[in-house]
Amino acid sequence: MNETFTKAMARNIFYGGSLFFILVFLGLTYHTEKVLPERDHRENITEQVTLGKKVWEENNCIGCHTLLGEGAYFAPELGNVYKRFGGSKEAIMAFIKYRPVDGIEGRRSMPQFNLSDEELEALAEFLKWTSEINTSNWPPNIQG
Amino acid sequence: MKYESQKVARLYFIAALGLFTGQILFGLIMGLQYVIGDFMFPAIPFNVARMVHTNLLIVWLLFGFMGAAYYLIPEESETELWSPKLAIVLFWVFLVAGALTILGYLLVPYARLAEMTGNDLLPTMGREFLEQPLLTKIGIVIVALGFVFNVGMTVLRGRKTVISSILMIGLIGLAVMFLFSFYNPENLVRDKFYWWWVVHLWVEGVWELILGSLLAFVLIKVTGVDREVIEKWLYMIVAMALITGILGTGHHYFWIGAPEYWQWLGSVFSAMEPIPFFMMTLFAFNMVNKRRREHPNRAAILWAMGTGVMAFLGAGVWGFLHTLAPVNYYTHGTQLTAAHGHMAFYGAYAMVVMCIISYAMPLMRGRIANSNRSQVAEMWGFWLMTVSMVFITLFLTAAGVVQVWLQRYTDTPMPFMVVQDKIAIFFWLRELAGVFFLGGLGVYLWSFFIGTDAEAARDNAKVLAKVNSKATEESTQETARA
Repeated sequence: MNETFTKAMARNIFYGGSLFFILVFLGLTYHTEKVLPERDHRENITEQVTLGKKVWEENNCIGCHTLLGEGAYFAPELGNVYKRFGGSKEAIMAFIKYRPVDGIEGRRSMPQFNLSDEELEALAEFLKWTSEINTSNWPPNIQG
Repeated sequence: MKYESQKVARLYFIAALGLFTGQILFGLIMGLQYVIGDFMFPAIPFNVARMVHTNLLIVWLLFGFMGAAYYLIPEESETELWSPKLAIVLFWVFLVAGALTILGYLLVPYARLAEMTGNDLLPTMGREFLEQPLLTKIGIVIVALGFVFNVGMTVLRGRKTVISSILMIGLIGLAVMFLFSFYNPENLVRDKFYWWWVVHLWVEGVWELILGSLLAFVLIKVTGVDREVIEKWLYMIVAMALITGILGTGHHYFWIGAPEYWQWLGSVFSAMEPIPFFMMTLFAFNMVNKRRREHPNRAAILWAMGTGVMAFLGAGVWGFLHTLAPVNYYTHGTQLTAAHGHMAFYGAYAMVVMCIISYAMPLMRGRIANSNRSQVAEMWGFWLMTVSMVFITLFLTAAGVVQVWLQRYTDTPMPFMVVQDKIAIFFWLRELAGVFFLGGLGVYLWSFFIGTDAEAARDNAKVLAKVNSKATEESTQETARA
């Protein structure tokens, strides 16, 4: 950086450049919001799906699993678990319901959360709705 | 240390290092759970250990940033801190709230904690890195406001420098972006979209401003290079950080339901995100080469150069490795993400906090720098931790590549848990590297307890005398030549 490039120029690039890209980012956010309804199928978000998301959050499922690829990498991806389990909500509910309290010796174990039937059903509905989001064809295959 | 009130930084630094130690211990527990699945189960399930590991990381870095600001702002502003008392009160509030939160994670089931702390009023919990109960989140906002107010008043009262303005923009940005943690729409896609406004715009946005200004401050002090030169660099680094980083958010929008144009937009801008880190490396090495004086604190100089290099490798190179959409399609949410995350956080943020601690702590203890023996131990700590982190990253990368291959790329993809078993060897090696890291941390912490003030004074005098005699010699030679 030589003498012809002054501190004032650097400062202007910082303030001008940042402001410009903040505005572009806000514009793109606005556009994304406009087109999201076609991709997230929000018309299918029922009270059950909302409760399911709350159950998902209040048991910190993201602390082991990934959901659409984000979260912890300790346990399987669940964004497509509904499809992986053959489109069966019952399979999801049964899996969660019958976790042994003391885990399985030597294996990674999912805690027994003692969810009510209503919560189990809601969680399964939430995972079903999640599997229907248009994720640009991610994950690459059913294994997540 | 020129101002009495800078001393409050010491409290913050000590707490930061204590929490850092906790973070590493929980990291080791998790690492072991990766291979011995039922280790400590059901007392500390993986999700709890992970929450403690990542939340402690965030909190200790925040303590570090705050301590750094309390140390740096009075000196830059050439005035005492607006209220040292407020800084101390907020310190205890933050520490107690943080400790209670961690205890809450460990002692009661998460769902119970959510119920106890009013998650029904405004559900914000259970989202990665933002797991803190509502009460804690409100506490963080109060502490952040008080802190920004305190340092802001100090800046307004005194000299305004580029370093203090950039630091203030970074800190205010940190506080403002955190407010998005209170926004949790019931629509998962929108939830994820704005979740990144905290997570990405923190670590790949405003935190880089904090990082840049801390590095610039230490470099001015230890190299004696002209402030004008350093400030011009700082402006360019943070300009590149935001120009690339803001739209770089797009690399998180590839597969969460957002429109497809984010794929090329996110790819292009995040491909440029290594630039500011590369500039930081050049910056640190350049300034140290151009130094006008020898500073007795060689350990601080080592941290300053190290953070440039490691941030470039971890945040820049390892980030770029899987940032392009066609690559990310296969690598998203695998151990490659974990590899990148580990080296990036250590290289950029952990190391810069240790850099400012290395520079400021001896001064707060009444020394220019620590004794030779203490610095040698500190540098051993540096190398042990840094090399261990390189290995942790390499092992996780290997695990990630094999995982991508077996689970995502092959014609006969295998289930997640089957693949995890096949890559267990890398998890064992990572755990071993983690143990070495803990050893390095031990040596680093031990270095604080080595050497008396007298010893430090003697060693520093030696360095300064050598520099002076060299300078005198040179000037005598010059006079002789003339």
